[in-house]
Amino acid sequence: MKRSLSKTQQESADPKQRTRMTVNGETVERDVSVRMLLSDFLRHELGLTGTHVGCEHGVCGACTVMINGRSGRSCLTFAVQADGADIRTIESVADENGDLHPLQEAFRDCHALQCGYCTPGMIMNVLSHMESDEEMDLSDQGIRELLSGNLCRCTGYANIVKAVRQAADKANWGSA
Amino acid sequence: MSTRMFGAPVKRNADAKFLKGEGAYVDDIALPGVRHAAFVRSPFARARINGIDTSEAEAHPGVIAVYTCDNIGPLDIKMPLLIPHESMTDAQTQRPLARDDVYYVGQTVAMIVAVDRYTAEDAALLVDVDYEPLDVELDLEAAVKDDAPLVHATHPNNVAADFNQICGDPQSGYAEADHVTRIQIQVDRSTSAAMECRAVAARYDEITGELIVWDTTQAPISVRGGLASILELDEDKVRVVAPDVGGGFGQKVLLFYPDELLVPFAAMQLGSPVKYIEDRRENFIGSTQERTQIHMIELHARKNGEVVALKDFFLHDTGAFIPYGIAVAQVASTSIAGPYRIPNIEVRFQAVYTPTVPVTPYRGCGRPQSCFAIERAMDQLAEELGLDRFEVRRRNLVTEDEFPLVREGLLFADGLRVSLDSGQYHKALEMVHASIGADDFAARQEAARAEGRYLGLGLAYYVEGTGLGPYEGGHIKIHPITGKVYVNTGLSGQGQGHETVFAQIVADQLGVAVEDVILTEGDTGAYDWGVATFASRAAVVSGNAIHKTALLVRKQTITAAANMLEADPEEIELRDGAAWIIGGNRNVPLAAIATATNPLRYAFNDAAQAATQFAPASRHDGPPLDEGQHPGLEATDYYSPECATWAYGVHAAIVEIDPDTCSVEIQKYVCIHDCGNMINPVIVDGQVMGGLAQGFGGALMERIEYDQDGNPTNANFVDFLIPYATEVPEVDIQHLETPSPLNPLGVKGVGEAGCIAVGATVASGVADALKPFGDHKFHHTPITPSMIYDAISTG
Repeated sequence: MKRSLSKTQQESADPKQRTRMTVNGETVERDVSVRMLLSDFLRHELGLTGTHVGCEHGVCGACTVMINGRSGRSCLTFAVQADGADIRTIESVADENGDLHPLQEAFRDCHALQCGYCTPGMIMNVLSHMESDEEMDLSDQGIRELLSGNLCRCTGYANIVKAVRQAADKANWGSA
Repeated sequence: MSTRMFGAPVKRNADAKFLKGEGAYVDDIALPGVRHAAFVRSPFARARINGIDTSEAEAHPGVIAVYTCDNIGPLDIKMPLLIPHESMTDAQTQRPLARDDVYYVGQTVAMIVAVDRYTAEDAALLVDVDYEPLDVELDLEAAVKDDAPLVHATHPNNVAADFNQICGDPQSGYAEADHVTRIQIQVDRSTSAAMECRAVAARYDEITGELIVWDTTQAPISVRGGLASILELDEDKVRVVAPDVGGGFGQKVLLFYPDELLVPFAAMQLGSPVKYIEDRRENFIGSTQERTQIHMIELHARKNGEVVALKDFFLHDTGAFIPYGIAVAQVASTSIAGPYRIPNIEVRFQAVYTPTVPVTPYRGCGRPQSCFAIERAMDQLAEELGLDRFEVRRRNLVTEDEFPLVREGLLFADGLRVSLDSGQYHKALEMVHASIGADDFAARQEAARAEGRYLGLGLAYYVEGTGLGPYEGGHIKIHPITGKVYVNTGLSGQGQGHETVFAQIVADQLGVAVEDVILTEGDTGAYDWGVATFASRAAVVSGNAIHKTALLVRKQTITAAANMLEADPEEIELRDGAAWIIGGNRNVPLAAIATATNPLRYAFNDAAQAATQFAPASRHDGPPLDEGQHPGLEATDYYSPECATWAYGVHAAIVEIDPDTCSVEIQKYVCIHDCGNMINPVIVDGQVMGGLAQGFGGALMERIEYDQDGNPTNANFVDFLIPYATEVPEVDIQHLETPSPLNPLGVKGVGEAGCIAVGATVASGVADALKPFGDHKFHHTPITPSMIYDAISTG
C-alpha cells in the first residue's frame, strides 16, 4: 500500500499547564493539557494502565482511584484539578514483592472477578472505605450499597459481596 | 495418584495480574508514536448524503488524516456477509464509511486520525456533511406493512429474510388438539454492555512487512483472514491479537466493525501506529445489539395439557444490516419448543430491517425470546385448562428414556440437527418445586394478600444448544527447559477463565500443576486454526480438542519415560511434574523427557547433555529421529462436534410487588442448572450468576430506546439501566450433572445459560402476584414500573 507523505507531524493546539501531584507515593510533575482527564493522565502519561475507563461519564466506577484518601472518579477529574493532590491507584495496593493485599486475595479466593476490567475500580472504592475511620455496614445490603457505584457485567456481584465480607472479617474492618 | 483437577474448584490462573492492575487490554498496550482515531457518525436514522466537506477538519492543528469513502481504496466495499443462508436475498451489509446513504444514527461516515483523541474528536465536529433526511419507521410491526418507509429500497416490506421450518406433521397435530392457546409476546432490545468497550490498535512494520492488530474481537483468526483478504496481504504477514478483553457477550464476535478495517489501513498508510478506543456512547450507537422479537405462538393441546403441536410466527428486528445472517432468529426458532416433547412444530420468522444499530448475537442469542414465548404460553395453557403450572410442564417434559430427542426438520445455527442429547428434566423440575417452596406458596400468597401484599411465584424452563462447531484445535508442547506445559487453542477469552479450565484438563493427563499449564489463545501468531468464542462453545469444543491432544502428549511422554526408566509403559505414572515408576521412587522430570526426546547437537544444560550425539542414551542404529517421528513432546488434535449438545435448566422465583412504587422485589430465586460434567464448579457458578444478572437486567431494566425519528434516547449508562449490586438478588444455584454423550469430557456449554429464563420467570411471577388486579399477562419485557402501574390502575 502506498504511504501518504502529505502531512508533517503536528502537535495538539491545547494549552498546557505545569501540574504536580503525588502518585502512589512518588512526586510527578508534567506539562499537562488543561482538558486532559486524570484517567488519561494516569494511563497514558504515567503508564499506570490498571485504572480503566468504562463510561467516561462517572457512572460505571471502573476508573475509581483514591484522591487524597477518598475514592474518586478519575474520568470526571481533570489532571490539572489534581494539582497538589495525593493519588493512589491499583498499582499501589499489592506489596513491594507483588504479594496481593488481603482484599485482592479475597477477590481471588471468592472468584469475584472474571474479565477483570471493573476490578481495579472496585478494589480502590472498597479499600478507600476500609482504610477510613468510618463505620462499615457489613450486612449483605450494606456491602451491596458500598459497591453500588461500581458496575460489573460479568459476575452478577454475588462473589464480590462474598469477597468484601471475607476481607473485612479477616482484617476486623467494620468493627469500629 | 494426583488429585483429579477436572471438577475441582481451582482458583484462577489469571486473577493475580488483573487484581494488581497488570492486565493488558488493547488501550493498555504502549505503542510509541501512536495516532488516535475518532469517527464522524450519522445523526440521522436514514438520510442521503449530498456531500462531505473535510477541508476544515484537515486544516485543524494536530490532524494527520481525514478519511471518507473516497480515499479508503480497497475498503470502499460492502463488508462481508458472514453467514449466508438461503432465506435471505441480497443481504445488506454496511460499508466501513458511508457512501451516498446512511441507515442508522451512529453509522460511520468519516474517520479522523490525529495526534490525540481530544484533537481527533474536535476535528470530527468540523467535518461538514450535507444530509437529506428520509422517512423512517421504527416500529417493528409497522415496518412490515406495505406503506412503511423502506430501509433498503431493495427489500419490500423491509423483510430481510423469511424462513419456515417444519418438524413432524403440524396439520395432524392441530387436528388432534382439543384446545388452542394463543399469545403474543415481545422482548425488547438490549446490549452486551461489556465494561470494556471495543478497541482496535494496529502497527505496520515496514521492514518485515508485518501488520499487527490488537483487537477486542472474540474471533481473531477470522479477523486475520478477512484483513489479509481485503488488504491483499499474505496471511502470515497479518497477526491479530485479542489481548485481555473486558467482557464480550457476543457483541465482539461480529466482524468487521468499520474500525477493524480502517485502523489497520490507516496504520499502513500513515506509517505510524493507530488506535481507536470506542467510548461508551459509541458502543451504544455503533456496536451491535439484540433481542427485539415479537412472537405469535400457539400451543395446540389435548385436554390433559399434552401439547401435540406448536405454531409460532415471529418478527425479528435485525437492525439496518444483517451481517451475521439469520443466526439469532434461527437459534430462537429452533429452541422454540424448549424442553418439551411437542412432536409437531411449525415455526416461521421474518427478519426485518429497521433503521437502527445492526443486530448480532448478544449472550442468549434468541434463546431468551423463544423461552419467553413458550414459557409464557405454557403458563397461559395451564391457566386456560385449569392446571397447575408445574403439572402442565410435567406432562410435556422430555423423559430420560426419550433421549436423544431429535427434532427432525429443524436445523440449528450450525446447520446440524437439533437433538436434545441428555438430561434429567423431571428431576430438575421437582428440585425447583421443592426449593422454591411451591407446596405451601398458595397459602403464603393468600395470607400476604390479606395484608395487602402481593406475592407471586414465577416459573420458567429453558434449554440451550451449546458447543457449536465446526471445530476447534488444541496444541500442546512441553517446554524442555522448565517442563511447563504450553497450550494453544483458536479461541479468545473475555474473562471466562479459559486459562484455568483448560489447564485443569491438561493437568489431569500430564500430572502437572494447574499453574504450570500456560494457555496462549487469541493470538494468530501463536496458533491460527480455529473459529471463535461464541455460542457457549469454549469448554465443549476447545475443551475436548485440548483433552484429545493431552491424551496424545501423555502417550508420548509415557513411552519416552518408559525408555528412559527402562520400564514398561504400563508401569509409568505421571504426577508432580515427572514420570514415576508406579510404587517406586525412580522418576524423571517432564523437562528431562522433553529434552531427551529432542536429539541435540549442543548441550545447553545438564539435561541436554543426555540428548547430545555422543551421549550413551542417544545411540541409535538409524537416524537420531526416526522416519515419521517428531522431536520433543508435542501434539495437535481437533474436536469437531457432530451436533450441538443441549444444556438446560429451570428457574423459579418468589416476587413481591409494591403497589405504591410499582417495583418488583425478588424475595427468592432458585436456578437449577445442568451443563453436564463441570470442569470447575466455581467458574460454572460464576458464569451462571453473571448470566442471571444480565437476565435480571433484561427482565426489569434494560431497553434500548429510540424516538420516532430513530434517535437513540438512552445511549449512556445514566439512562440505559443495567443492574448494580443493589439490583441483583441472591440466587440459589443448584446443579445436576448429566454428562453429554456427545463428547469425551461429557461437558455442555454454560456461558449463556444464566440469562435465558430470567425474563420469563420474573414475568410469570409478576403476573401471578397481580392476579387480584385482573387478567394481566406480562407478555413483554422489560417489565417496567409503568406496566405494573397500568395493570394495578386498570384492575
